[in-house]
Amino acid sequence: MAYSDKVIDHYNNPRNVGQLDKASTEVGTGLVGAPECGDVMRLQIRVNPETQVIEEAKFKTFGCGSAIASSSLATEWIKGKTVSDALEIKNTDIVKELSLPPVKIHCSVLAEDAIRAAIGDWKKKNGVSEPAAVAAAQSAH
Amino acid sequence: MLPFFTTKFGNAASRNHSFGWEAEQAVETAREQIAKLIGATAKEIIFTSGATESNNLAIKGIAEMYRERGNHIITQVTEHKAVLDTCKRLEKYGYRVTYLPVKADGLIDLEDLKRAMDDKTILVTIMAANNEIGVLQPIREIGKLCHEKGVIFHTDAVQAVGKVPVNVIADNIDVLSLSAHKIYGPKGVGALYVRRRNPRVQIAAQIDGGGHERGMRSGTLNVPGIVGLGKACEIAYEEMDNEAAYLRGLRDRLKAKLESELDYVHVNGSMEHHLPGNLNMSFVYVEGESLLMGINDVAVSSGSACTSATLEPSYVLKALGLGDDVAHSSIRFGLGRFNTQAEVDYVAAKVIDIVKHLRELSPLYEMVKEGIDLTKIQWAAH
Repeated sequence: MAYSDKVIDHYNNPRNVGQLDKASTEVGTGLVGAPECGDVMRLQIRVNPETQVIEEAKFKTFGCGSAIASSSLATEWIKGKTVSDALEIKNTDIVKELSLPPVKIHCSVLAEDAIRAAIGDWKKKNGVSEPAAVAAAQSAH
Repeated sequence: MLPFFTTKFGNAASRNHSFGWEAEQAVETAREQIAKLIGATAKEIIFTSGATESNNLAIKGIAEMYRERGNHIITQVTEHKAVLDTCKRLEKYGYRVTYLPVKADGLIDLEDLKRAMDDKTILVTIMAANNEIGVLQPIREIGKLCHEKGVIFHTDAVQAVGKVPVNVIADNIDVLSLSAHKIYGPKGVGALYVRRRNPRVQIAAQIDGGGHERGMRSGTLNVPGIVGLGKACEIAYEEMDNEAAYLRGLRDRLKAKLESELDYVHVNGSMEHHLPGNLNMSFVYVEGESLLMGINDVAVSSGSACTSATLEPSYVLKALGLGDDVAHSSIRFGLGRFNTQAEVDYVAAKVIDIVKHLRELSPLYEMVKEGIDLTKIQWAAH
């Protein structure tokens, strides 16, 4: 399989590899995929409680080169974004940026899932409800 | 081989001019060279386009020829697709097929084979050596059992012929598939050995036409390819013992280096019953394709070439009882005649380097190092 130059670059020089303190309230952790599927991504964010800006993002991925590149790229993109802006990132943006072939689209989907899972975990820790959930909770009162 | 593409262009089946005779003579020489390598006689060699055709011809041809006698075929789960898919097709035509399991070391249990045989069994087809994990099935004992029961024994010996001793008489083989390109010959040519006595095996032709190859395989012979196959067999006959010792040395060197530098690695398939030049290893917590990407100047594979178009982990490794996660982490190394010790050292160093790099990226490796039991985690399967 021919990999794009960008995938090869992320594979050789992955950005933001590492681990953040899972216990910190400022940190959200997303662990998606499964070993038996050949892909596991762990994406973590550290969010500034004042500004809701993602100040730090770290990842580790077990998976093919495209999965590594998708998650590496995801950390690059979400860093410096607010939580709500980070949720705007779509897997198709990752496919486009990395020129992923159809057989590797699931890697980009997993990266999007990882972003959502990390943000979801952070929201849960900080009692931030989804707008829909907030509305539902208010109407129940 | 090359002159038969240009100046020696006769058709081996053209019996009435000298060009044809010259080609026929070359084909007969090749037949003898092949026969000598496997302990057969020249008349027992049928030329084909390769082992896939040989396997199809053997299994379908025997199934058709012996249909009156029975409809049961026995094979095993780690066969090549050319055997498995042929058997599956025969099931559609009313044949019964038993797919024997393999043990964790990749070998079949002879007791399973004995139990599977019944009075309707006409054919046992079990490979001599596996293409992914390199294990050698106990073909001599399998053949013996077949002969005791009057069942025909076919073996796909593509990976074994020329690499380890295979003798159709001593090993009780009735029908054997082989291919040129696995022994440094040209691609697109192979042969089928069909026993002529004790017992005489008959095969129904699957390609009809001019009645070439004793009526078993019509079609003009690929003379240059056949000459190349013959020569490859001649060289293999002379070189096999030395080469096997040499490859075993290289293979063990590679294995030792990888095992000494890396944790969580293990070898797949029995090392006691193993091809000299094959090594299949799992680098747990590293995904195979990403490993291949890091060593893309080395020709290795994470599955067989025939199934690498899919993202599914190897069915051969799964048959050994490996979980999908470990099967995804496996690499097959194939060493050959032209490999050197320096190349082995280069590959070992590179693999060690890349595995370490990828494990730094691997959340699974980190979790295991922290003492987390991965089986206890609720994975979000996708």
